[in-house]
Formats: sequence, C-alpha cells, structure tokens
Amino acid sequence: MNLPVLKAADFASDQDVRWCPGCGDYSILAQMKKVLPDLGVPREKIVFISGIGCSSRFPYYMNTYGMHSIHGRAPTFATGLKSTRPDLMVWVITGDGDALSIGGNHFIHALRRNIDVNIVLFNNRIYGLTKGQYSPTSTEGQVTKSTPMGSIDHPINPLSLALAAEATFVARSIDAHVKHLGNMLQRASEHKGTSLVEVYQNCNVFNDGAMAYAQERKQRAENVVELEHGKPLIFGEKSDKGVRLVGSRLEVVNLADVPVDDLLIHDEKEPNPAIQMMMARMRYPEMPEPIGVLRAVEGVATYNDQINDQVEQAKIKKGPGSLQELFTTGDTWEVA
Amino acid sequence: MTASPTTSKNVKTVSGITVRLAGDSGDGMQLLGTQLTNTSALAGNDVATFPDFPAEIRAPRGTRAGVSGFQVQFASEEIFTPGDQLDALVVMNPAAMVTNLGDLRKGGILIANVDGFVEKEFKLAKLEANPLDASVIEETYRVFKVPMTKLTRTAVAEHGLSQKVGDRCKNFFAMGLVYWLFGRSLDTTLRFIEDKFGRKPEIAAANIAALRAGWAYGETTEAFGESFQVEAATLSPGTYRNMMGNQALAWGLITASELCGKDLFYGTYPITPASDILHELAKFKNFGVRTFQAEDEIAAMCATIGAAFGGTMAVTASSGPGIALKAEGMGLGMILELPMIVINVQRGGPSTGLPTKTEQSDLLQCMYGRNGESPLPILAPRSPGDCFDIAVEAWRLATECMCPVMILSDGYLANGSEPWRIPDIASLPKIDIKHPEGADGDEPFLPYARDEHLARPWAIPGTPELMHRVGGLEKQEGTGNVSYDPANHQHMTDTRAAKVNQIAQRIPDQDILGETSGDVLVVSWGGTYGACHTAVNKCRQAGHSVSHMHLRYIHPMPKNVGELLKAFKTVIVPELNMGQLRMLLRSTYLVDCIGVNKVQGKPFHISELVNAIESHVSVPSKSTGNSKSTGNSKPNGKANVQSRAS
Ligand code: SF4
Repeated sequence: MNLPVLKAADFASDQDVRWCPGCGDYSILAQMKKVLPDLGVPREKIVFISGIGCSSRFPYYMNTYGMHSIHGRAPTFATGLKSTRPDLMVWVITGDGDALSIGGNHFIHALRRNIDVNIVLFNNRIYGLTKGQYSPTSTEGQVTKSTPMGSIDHPINPLSLALAAEATFVARSIDAHVKHLGNMLQRASEHKGTSLVEVYQNCNVFNDGAMAYAQERKQRAENVVELEHGKPLIFGEKSDKGVRLVGSRLEVVNLADVPVDDLLIHDEKEPNPAIQMMMARMRYPEMPEPIGVLRAVEGVATYNDQINDQVEQAKIKKGPGSLQELFTTGDTWEVA
Repeated sequence: MTASPTTSKNVKTVSGITVRLAGDSGDGMQLLGTQLTNTSALAGNDVATFPDFPAEIRAPRGTRAGVSGFQVQFASEEIFTPGDQLDALVVMNPAAMVTNLGDLRKGGILIANVDGFVEKEFKLAKLEANPLDASVIEETYRVFKVPMTKLTRTAVAEHGLSQKVGDRCKNFFAMGLVYWLFGRSLDTTLRFIEDKFGRKPEIAAANIAALRAGWAYGETTEAFGESFQVEAATLSPGTYRNMMGNQALAWGLITASELCGKDLFYGTYPITPASDILHELAKFKNFGVRTFQAEDEIAAMCATIGAAFGGTMAVTASSGPGIALKAEGMGLGMILELPMIVINVQRGGPSTGLPTKTEQSDLLQCMYGRNGESPLPILAPRSPGDCFDIAVEAWRLATECMCPVMILSDGYLANGSEPWRIPDIASLPKIDIKHPEGADGDEPFLPYARDEHLARPWAIPGTPELMHRVGGLEKQEGTGNVSYDPANHQHMTDTRAAKVNQIAQRIPDQDILGETSGDVLVVSWGGTYGACHTAVNKCRQAGHSVSHMHLRYIHPMPKNVGELLKAFKTVIVPELNMGQLRMLLRSTYLVDCIGVNKVQGKPFHISELVNAIESHVSVPSKSTGNSKSTGNSKPNGKANVQSRAS
C-alpha cells in the first residue's frame, strides 16, 4: 500500500495548545510531530493516552486517536487497548506526579508485563496543573507551596524504578536538547515491549530552571553524559572526563590521568540491569547524569503477543468455540 | 464400575426434601453438596442450592467458625429457594451440629458421624459435653449415630492407603448413606470419582469403596427403616443442566460476544465472590476470550475502558469494595460514552464486611456512588440461571446506548444453582453493532453526534479520517471537544440522563404475580426473588389479596412501575439491606413502602416473609395468627420490619 507522505503539521489537531508560554511541553510536542511521519504508521493507527496533569493535555493536540483519562491510570487503558488491538501504536503521555505518585502501581506493572506501548514521562519535578506543590521527583529540601519549610520526602528516580521492574527499554532525554529528544522518541517507537522515555521538562512557571544544569546548553556538557551503545562514557566541554567502574561503584575520572580503555563501555543490550542501575543512580552534582538509551533488551515476550497467542493456541487445541458444544458438554438431562 | 444398586427396603414418596450437609471446612461438604445436587438434577428434580462457607481458607479445625455447610432442596414441584427448614441434617462434628441444629425441623432426621464427637472436638467447639447426649435431641429429632470414620477405615482397608489419606474418604461414605436415604443413583458420583481421581487409581478405588459402604450401611442397618424418594418435577420441556450464578454470568458474556461477533475482554482483580467468573472465562480462550488479571481494581476497570475504546466487548467485575475503587473509572466510562459491562457480585458490607456471605447493600452505591451526575443503567438477575439472560441483555443495552451497564448479582446467586434450560442458540437474537467506517464526504466527523437512542457513534481507532480525542473533561455536544460552556454542561448532563431514562420505553412492561391491584404488593429485586415469590404464593393460597412485583431492571425501572405501586393499599419491600430499593421507590414514585430488612449474611426464610405479609393483609390468615410487624431491629435473628413511621 502506498502511504501518503505526511508532514509534522498533519499531526496537529484543530485545538489551540494551552500550555504556558515557554513551557518545555511545547518542545516535546514539536519533536513528536516531527518523528511520527517518519515511522510509516498511518495516523488512524496511532493512539495517545494520557492521565491528568499539564503534560496529559497532549492527546488533544495530536490529530490521531486519543484519550485523556484518569490521574495516574494511563498505562492501564493502554494495556487494555493494546492487548485487544495489537495492530495499534499506543503512546502513553504522563508526568512525574501522574506516573510516579498516584499511578506508581500501574507504571510498575506496565513495565514488568512488557506491554508494547511507549511511555513518555515529562519530569518537571513539580505539580504544575494544581499550581506548584512538590512532586515525588522534587529534591529534598525543595520549597514549594505545600512545603514552605522544604520537602522532607526522598525523591524517586524513575529510571531506577523502571530498571527494578525489569523494563526492557529505558531512556532519558531533555526537552531543550531537541535532536536527542527526537532520536529517543524514535528509538522508543522501534522497541518491541514497553519503552520508557523520561524527559527533563522545564516548568517555567512553578519550577523554572530546576534542571538548568542539564537543559542549558552551556552547562549540559559538564553535567550530562550522553550514552551510546558500545562507546565509553565520556563527557565534559572538552570531552576530557569519563566514568569508570571501580569495584562496585562508578567514579568520574580525568582523561588526562586515566586511559580511555579504562572507562566503562555502555552496553544497552545487557539483560542484567546491575550496571545500568548504577548509571541510573548517577546524580548531579556528584556525577554527570546519563541521557540516551540506558537499556534496550530485545526479544523479551510482550504481554500483547502472549495474550493473543494463548487465544490462537486455544483455538488450535480445542477448535474455535461452539456455544452448542459448551452448553451440552457434561451432565444434561431431557424433560419431555 | 458397576451399576448403581437399588434398595429392597420400604420407600416413601415425598414431594421435596431439604437437606444440609455440615462439617469442618476440610471435610469436603461442598463437594458432597455439589454431587447431591447434580445427581438430583439428573433425576429430574427441581433443585436449588445454598452453599455457606467461612471466609478463611483454613479456618481453625473443629471450631464453630470453621464450619462449612451446603444446603440443597430437591423437589417434584417447581421450587424457587433452597428451602427454609431442614428435613435432614448431616453433621460431621460437634461444631457443625450446634451451629446448624436450629434450622432442623422438629421430627427431622439428624445423622451424626459419632467418631467426630469426642472430648477434643467438644473443647474446640466450646462445649461442656457431648451435644448428642442431651435427652431433648432424641426427643425432638430422628437421630442416627453413625461411626463413619471407623466404617470408612474398614471399607478402604484393602486399598493400602495411610490412615490419614483413608480417613479423607469419609465424606464419600456420608454421601453413600445420603444417597441411600433419598433413593439417589450413585452413577453421577461414580463417574465423577473416576474422572477426578483417574490418575490415582488407589484413591479412586478407596473413594468408590467408601461410597458403596455408605449406601450399604443404610440398606443393611436396622436403624434405617425406610428411605425416601422424590419424583421428577414437571419442568417445561427441553434439555437441562445444573447452573450456578457466576457460571451463568460467564456463559452469558461468552454468548453475547458470539451474538455480536466481537471478542470478549474481561479485566478483573480477584475478589470474593466474583472470582469464579474469571476462573470460568479463563477456560474459554478458544471463544476469543482474553482475561486480564490486573494489578488492582482500578487497573481492571481502566483496562476495560481501554479495550472498549478499541472496539472490543469489554467487561469487568468485582464486589462492593472493588466497585468502590472502580468508581472514578466508571464515571469516565460514562462520560466517554463507551459500551461496557460492570458486574458487582455483592457480599456483606461495609468495608471488607462478610466476604462469603450474601447481602444486597450495594444498590445505592451503584446508583449514586460516583462523583457528579453519572447515571448508569442497572440490571439485577433474579436466579442463578437468570444471570445468563441478564448478561446478554446488559451487553445489548450497553451497545444500544453507548454506555456502561451495571449488573448487580450477589453471593447467594453466584454460588447457588438451579436447573437451567439450555436455550436454542439459533433463536437468540443477534446483537447488531455498527461502527462508522469513514468520513461522510467533506463533513467533519462528529464523535458526539447522537442517534435515535441518543447514543454517539462507536468510531474505533484504525478507522481512517475519524481520528478524535475523548476524555474526562466535559465535552462539546457534537464535536466532543473540551467545553466549559455552562449551557453545554447542562445540555450534556441532561442528555446523558435522558439516554439512560429512555431505556424504560424500550424494555418490556413490568409483570406481576397476581392481580394488578389489591391489598398488598410485595416488591423485590435480585436474589430474593425465590423467597418472595414462594412467600407470596403461600399467602395467596391462604386467600389473601397479595401480589408480587420482582424488578430485574433496576435503573431505569419499567415505565408502568409507578402506576402498579399506586394500585395497592400497602407496598412491602423485602431486601437484604436496610431499605435501599424502598428509598428509591419512595423518592421516585412518592409511594409509601414498608421495608422488611435483614443483614445477617443469610437469605430470607420464606416463613419470615409470610409473617411480614400477613401482618399487613385485611383478612386474617387461616394458618397462622401470631405474626406482627414491629418497628425496630430485634436481636432474635428475625428480619426487621420497617414500619411507615421509620
Ligand atoms: S504549569 Fe508548568 S508544566 Fe504546566 S503548562 Fe505551565 S509551564 Fe508547563
């Protein structure tokens, strides 16, 4: 079949986008519209499902099928849909409060089932839609409307959580790093199984600059390490620093002192998530924070494939269901 | 396997028998009960059953809390309940005896496994002495003390089992004796044993030996002078099978899915007493059934909505506590206007309540338990077999109105059983579903346009040109875009309510047992149908002016209900809750109603309903003169009659 060539604009719905001017969400929306035409999937076969929050308005702005659902529950709608309609490409749009607080349970279970949907988690470390309360990814001590004396919660790290659930695809990107972001969305869409892309997203109204160390181009080189499969972990303005594994911990080294061969080589395909977990735990300011594909393990059965395989197998083994047979098998008796 | 033996002793024919088998949870009483039921159904009797078991999987052995019982009535006439009073009670230990004896009628048969009546067991049952020794027992009942454990040991001795394993056969001994007593054939159970224990021939042989020994004991012991027989009932012609409520729901769902040509998605989370629907459906993947055991009740609900959005027949089920968790999802399903079924198999509440006991106390939860104005259609089956028809009807309505439909079953229906006439599949009407297939010329697609039933189109992902977004924010009529317009919100709220209310115009008028006006109208819903129907019939036979209205459509109710209610001097509403349907009837129709209410984890006795009715009829009853209704709850285990003043 010859697919019409679509452009980014073809994916825009007729609805006005209503995020605050300057919000990082705009960039993610733009990258999504840019990536989708290249995937070769017709618009009517794509579904965006979101929960509640600023990011979750996303489906309204896409000219695809979409559902703006309930706070925290987007992965469950996606699971029901993908299980019964494996022909569709399903995206889940969520935020840090949505996925990690009220929806933490569903987030874990979608990942461990490996249902073939793509989860994009907009992490702005704040509650935006409800006007500025701290979120599960807010930093300790962060002063917000609901934490005037500073947050006393220990923040959750979505990548660690995903790895603990044995997610098969885990990546991170940054709203302002548009090319990288587009790349990650593309990679996520290609993975068979649940894909998680955490995106550092600036909420310029309630948490402006919270991740400036990673978002601002100037600071980024020193504070972020871009992962590439099979390549050593090198970062820095002058690419003069690296990360190496010493015993059971990672440390930053100066390439002036340590040869490149001693650096940790990134292996996104390693099924054992131990080292990926150590990398996920690298936090600013002690360590550079990793972006890129942390983990991409292919060949793990997906929930949607298996639930449908069982139906096919049952049909082969027992023959297609017959009501007549169902009703009359076992003890029956006649009344004349 | 040889044929079932026949008795040479005197046989007395009776019209019906109610028997309860009671023992420790581990004694296999549920198995015994199911076998007796199936055997009686195959003998052509009408049957009705009521299993009653503790919530704990392994309740402390020998205690009163650990007693498990199974009641079955089999009869040569049509019956609607498992019976009030017991004609026979079989008890395996003292705890079973003291917790069940109150239901045995005077002169009834009490069979006790005396090997279970020992010092240690008295202590466990918190008894000072052997309850069988009380002189009143022999004076009141026909008591048979049978050393079942010892006799079973002798019977299975040659099969070389350890004593522990061998002793487990004693429920089959009890079964054999019960079969002898009621003239039942051993065939069904012999087949069952061979099927179930085929891989362990020594166990199969021992169980068969125990079964036959029990039968032979009845036949040879002098103590048992005569046995009883119940002739086949005159049911309407057809092929029958025994059917339990949860099984009927599952089969009804599968049938609806076949009738509409869609695969079935069943998203759920394990909960008593709804889980058996999942177990049943999981067996039938070859019908295109996909069962999803979710991480929680909310996920089960929302996955169901996701599947519905994709165009699949989607169903979820739970019990009260789970329905509470699903409430937000049900509200979304309602505003998305997608078809799905939500089943509530009610149990005793509130909170965790009484998981294994029956109650009807979630009616108002299902009517109103969501935020905002969110009316949903509600249907309630009236018997185990009716669960089948209700499941099919629920899907028909859901797709016709593009709306979630609720089914309110209960633990009594779920685990109870009755003969079910196998329907003629060809005669079941197809469920016609149309999905729009593409844009209508250059017209923009309107996902919230409406048809004659006020239903919106079910446009499913994958359909070119019909891309649209749905969500929980209020919709603009027609376009479905987010709208905060005040007039539109009013309009959409009115429309969603009207869509549900209009169902009343399309469903059959409410039927009634008896005259359409008179002294007393008994109004019931759900699993109390059998008790209410039988009680009303008794009162009518006694010459009273009493009619019965049983609602299967709870919301909306059939359009003639108000008129019928107003045609009676007194309206009595028996419910296993504290007056929820009564509240709906009073507020909807401005008709006063008297409640007969009970929440004891048990179904109504026919006699308590007869008493309640008789206290409100003008002609005094010929049979009883002692019935009175009072206003307040009484601690004596009787239903609480709520007078007009309450
Ligand atoms: S509140 Fe923050 S996250 Fe929400 S739209 Fe505004 S800037 Fe973006």
